[in-house]
Amino acid sequence: MRDRSESFRAFEYAGFSAVAFVAALLCVCVGSVRIRAADALAVIWNSVWSLPLPEGVSGPIIMSVRLPRVLCVALSGASLSLCGAAMQGLLRNPLADGSTMGVSAGASLGAVIALAFGVTIPGLPFAGTMAMAMVSAFLSLLLILSLAYRLDRALSTNTILLIGVIFSMFAHSVISLISAFAGERVKTILFWTMGSLAGSTYVNVIVLLCALVVCGAAVLPRARELNAFAIGEDNARTVGVNVRRVKLVILIAVSALIGVCVSVGGTIGFVGLVMPHITRMLVGPNHRRLLPASMFGGAVFLMLTDLLARTIIRPLELPIGVVTSLIGSLVFIYIFAKTRTAR
Amino acid sequence: MMLNVEYLGVSYGGKAILRGVEFSLRAGQWLMVVGPNGAGKSTLIGAVSQGAPYTGRVLIDGKDARRMRPRDLAKRVGVLAQQHSVGYGFTAEEVVRMGRYAYSGGWPRASSAEDTAKTLDALEQAGLAAFRRQSVQTLSGGELQRVFLAQVWAQDPAILLLDEPSNHLDLLYQQQTFDRVQTWLRQPNRAVLSVVHDLSLALAYGTDALLLDCGKAVARGPVRDVLTRDALSRVYNMDVHGWMRRMLSQWD
Repeated sequence: MRDRSESFRAFEYAGFSAVAFVAALLCVCVGSVRIRAADALAVIWNSVWSLPLPEGVSGPIIMSVRLPRVLCVALSGASLSLCGAAMQGLLRNPLADGSTMGVSAGASLGAVIALAFGVTIPGLPFAGTMAMAMVSAFLSLLLILSLAYRLDRALSTNTILLIGVIFSMFAHSVISLISAFAGERVKTILFWTMGSLAGSTYVNVIVLLCALVVCGAAVLPRARELNAFAIGEDNARTVGVNVRRVKLVILIAVSALIGVCVSVGGTIGFVGLVMPHITRMLVGPNHRRLLPASMFGGAVFLMLTDLLARTIIRPLELPIGVVTSLIGSLVFIYIFAKTRTAR
Repeated sequence: MMLNVEYLGVSYGGKAILRGVEFSLRAGQWLMVVGPNGAGKSTLIGAVSQGAPYTGRVLIDGKDARRMRPRDLAKRVGVLAQQHSVGYGFTAEEVVRMGRYAYSGGWPRASSAEDTAKTLDALEQAGLAAFRRQSVQTLSGGELQRVFLAQVWAQDPAILLLDEPSNHLDLLYQQQTFDRVQTWLRQPNRAVLSVVHDLSLALAYGTDALLLDCGKAVARGPVRDVLTRDALSRVYNMDVHGWMRRMLSQWD
């Protein structure tokens, strides 16, 4: 049997990057206006180095519409998938994820409250929405986990899922209530509940990138601790893991990252549930491989889904969150059925 | 003294599970914690390993266990739990390697050649070399218990806490587990604290015993002095001695 070394080698990372690059290029080229790959690359290259753009190619479409969108989609996919993988390991629960646990719903509730009541931080547009989404994501995670813990000290799959679902329903009903009174702002609010990355800007790209770098720096080095949690929390404690601290750091990082993703793209459900699961089937449960592979997988998956969402019934565009939820809920049922019958 | 437990108390929801339990553990000792169901045996292991909130003090090499860093504690104290279930399909080697966590430090120096050597050695010792790359989810209960025993060997603690390690296991596994622990104990500066249900096992392998009843220590000392006919009859509300003899005489 092939020796399964713990982490990936450089050439494997190069392979992942190549696949992600091809997917990104495909997404930049395909759309209402088709662009040749070579032209797209030339436009991007020349724009980066401030060279004159090649003739006959619609540069603005590439540079100010498609590229920022594709980058945002890739970063959101990587972030959500990383969050899902980390939560599934930490809680030893293959169904844990921002959307099944109610964290995404909590984040959108925060964003909607900020939008409807005009919570802003002076000088920084969107910062109020973003901060509210992050704080609200963390508070809902805290609420859900402490409620689950009170009902069931073992924090079993079913308890967490049940409370997550109930909390999601609660959050969504509050969102509906707010939108009923929101008047003109109802359209913006609808955006959060559906999830879309159309109209992404480079500011969004930078925000997502920073969030992914900061939170990734908190999560990725804790792959061994996540392995210990995935084996069992009691076992993690007895082999010397600082259980409380690791749990707190991971949960804060994950909810902050989910909060930022939601504040940029709305609720994009099930990416964080499905991608880590598929990745685990391919590379095994060891988080030193699972976490990086999930990030690449999530980025590629979401880029392709976004491509599908904006091309399948052209010229209309589906919200990406609707497409991922459609795919995701089916896979979710499959996973749930499979893990139940396995026992 | 390797382990000193002073006035240990544990309560859940206002109900006292353990009250004022005191004992100590010297190198070379195998202390058997015995007592009927609900006496607080497993809770005792949980508290000593810092897994349950308690009052009183647990001293390891004279240092308060509460103030020790989890890594330092893990280097001194290893725990083998009663039952295991692993959430995902980790390989036996990955689970055993986790025993080296306290030594190898975190990222990026996540595993050294020494860790690999000790991991493979532990797998070998537990008779698991053939299962090295197999998913633990495909193993039987006895094999899984051996994987976690190997993890404790890899962890290389000085004090081993066993919580009914042979529960639900076949007799062969039971014998192998206890023999392996006994061999391990012969090395210098090692001590074992274990909870057992089977009093014959306690007599056969223990050097000392602690008899618990309703959360209180009724007797402690050399195993033969503690598991006396009178003391057992009182605690178990039956003639344990007579019952054991009757059971075993059937094999004559």
